[in-house]
Amino acid sequence: MSAVIDTRKLRKVYRVGAEDVVALDGVSVRVRSGESVAVMGPSGSGKSTFMNLIGCLDQPTSGAYFLEGQDVSHLHGDKLAEVRSRKIGFVFQGFNLLSRSSAAENVELPLTYSGVPHEERRERAASALKAVGLGHRMNHLPSELSGGQQQRVAIARALVNDPAVILADEPTGNLDSHSSEEIMRLFLRLNDERGMTIVIVTHEHDIANWTARIVTFLDGHVVDDRPSAQVAAARGSA
Amino acid sequence: MTAGGLLRVAWQSLVRNPFRSLLTILGIIIGVGAVITSMAIGAGAQAAVQAQLARLGSNLIVVVPGSIITGGVQLGSGARQSLKIADAQAIQQDVPDVAYVAPQSGTNAQAVAGGNNWATSITGTTPDWLQVESYTMASGRFITQADETSGAKTAVLGATVAQNLFPSSDPVGKTVIVKNVPFLIVGVLAAKGQSGFGRDQDDQIVVPLSAMQLRLNGQNWLGVILISADSPDAVDSVVSSTEALLRLRHGLTPRQPDDFSVRNIANVQQAASATSQVQSRLLAGIAAVSLVVGGIGIMNIMLVSVTERTREIGIRMAVGARERDILLQFLVEAVLLSCVGGAIGVAAGIGAAYATAQGAGWQVLIVPASVLLSFGFAAAVGIVFGFYPARRASQLNPIEALRHE
Repeated sequence: MSAVIDTRKLRKVYRVGAEDVVALDGVSVRVRSGESVAVMGPSGSGKSTFMNLIGCLDQPTSGAYFLEGQDVSHLHGDKLAEVRSRKIGFVFQGFNLLSRSSAAENVELPLTYSGVPHEERRERAASALKAVGLGHRMNHLPSELSGGQQQRVAIARALVNDPAVILADEPTGNLDSHSSEEIMRLFLRLNDERGMTIVIVTHEHDIANWTARIVTFLDGHVVDDRPSAQVAAARGSA
Repeated sequence: MTAGGLLRVAWQSLVRNPFRSLLTILGIIIGVGAVITSMAIGAGAQAAVQAQLARLGSNLIVVVPGSIITGGVQLGSGARQSLKIADAQAIQQDVPDVAYVAPQSGTNAQAVAGGNNWATSITGTTPDWLQVESYTMASGRFITQADETSGAKTAVLGATVAQNLFPSSDPVGKTVIVKNVPFLIVGVLAAKGQSGFGRDQDDQIVVPLSAMQLRLNGQNWLGVILISADSPDAVDSVVSSTEALLRLRHGLTPRQPDDFSVRNIANVQQAASATSQVQSRLLAGIAAVSLVVGGIGIMNIMLVSVTERTREIGIRMAVGARERDILLQFLVEAVLLSCVGGAIGVAAGIGAAYATAQGAGWQVLIVPASVLLSFGFAAAVGIVFGFYPARRASQLNPIEALRHE
């Protein structure tokens, strides 16, 4: 299968005061289409920097990043925004919904920036909300929804542009265990049924084990990259 | 994002905080309103002054005798006996672009008719006077050249005189006695009202100049010569030609000063309109300053708004908003603010102008250009002062914006 994400010796250096801080130091990771991957590591390990780079929110200091075969490591500004709009779906820990807009309007948001006509936007937002099981909550404001439901709206928003990959940054960090499980089941279902490529940043092993592969960061390096316990267990039992 | 979408998003964010939006645009409302009201009052005053001056006739030139000095005492203008009927005739014949010339001599007298009497001023003049002074006849006829030539004892009454001497009957054909001389009333002038200087222009009796000089004041000099130029453009040349002609006729050497004075109503008119123009420009300038202050208010609130909505901006950027999308969103919001302020200001300004008209009894005139200008200026203020905050929003780093609490 072709690589959706292909980073080669990705390096990111931040300047803090007079000092250079190396956040990422030569990270090469390939994620194939249809994979589900967990990115783990303690804080300061570089996993957030990695997510920002593969999410096209930031540019690497050096190295290359191919997203669906396109080198995007030198793009910036509006070009990067265009890549985000077409190929990336974000899910955040804090949901990051527009609080005064309804669920449907939130889901439509990415489509307004990619020039999709009004009617089509509404249809696609409705079908994305149905896909996450919120077809009956379209006109509710985020404040009228539970945390789990809000995160599902955010997932619908990530889905609506039919992206190459969904990047989730601690998607269960603000949820109770029951809602967390629901959200993880939803991710896996999207991965299974639609072949959606999913990368999830987390620091919880329980959550990481829902995915098929776990990449572990430490001090800006990838120190471990292996199938998850779930997969190992499945293989062991097979 | 489409224009409609941009407007909708901008409108939503304005109505989300209506009180703050209102305070933000208060400066614009006051600025636009002040421009429109001050221009309306200024234009109204100017129109009133112009209307009064127009009643004098815009082509009117007035020649009065000069002053004289006797024993070191300088008497006022008009004291000299320097203007003669021949001067008036010469002006009529020799000065180009002259339409009418009316030599005039006057006196004050008690007019008696029937059982009534009335103190009024008597004007002796020639038939041209009617055109020069732009009067019309209410009834009867004006004095004619035949009256003038024969020294006929005919009289034309001003409306005020007619009303006081003949409260209930038509004066034409009746007799009025002035200084023991009976005059046949041949006509009544239509009322003209007060002059620009508060004189009742209808309180006079007009008689032939010859009759005046022969029978009433016994003078052969004139109080004034009224000249009407062909057109307002010809006024200046008529003035200079008249001056030259009169100097020649009076035998003045180049070193001697004029023994007469030529005045031009257009000058007065220009001075009056220049004054009111300066006034309305001053007012408009003050109003423009308050518009700029209003613009600074908008910039201030837009900067606050950008800070408050940093996270929203981050979300929009993460889902694919380009710099231009964010810039436009905030710019449209600022312009919408200033346009709403401008629209309310237009309404408030027109309302205040009419309230002034009602309350103070002043004439006001809404100047359409001031409405367009101030509204356009308000919109421009929105663009100029909205640009910096909008640009700042569009330049935010999406990662930091998303992390913003």
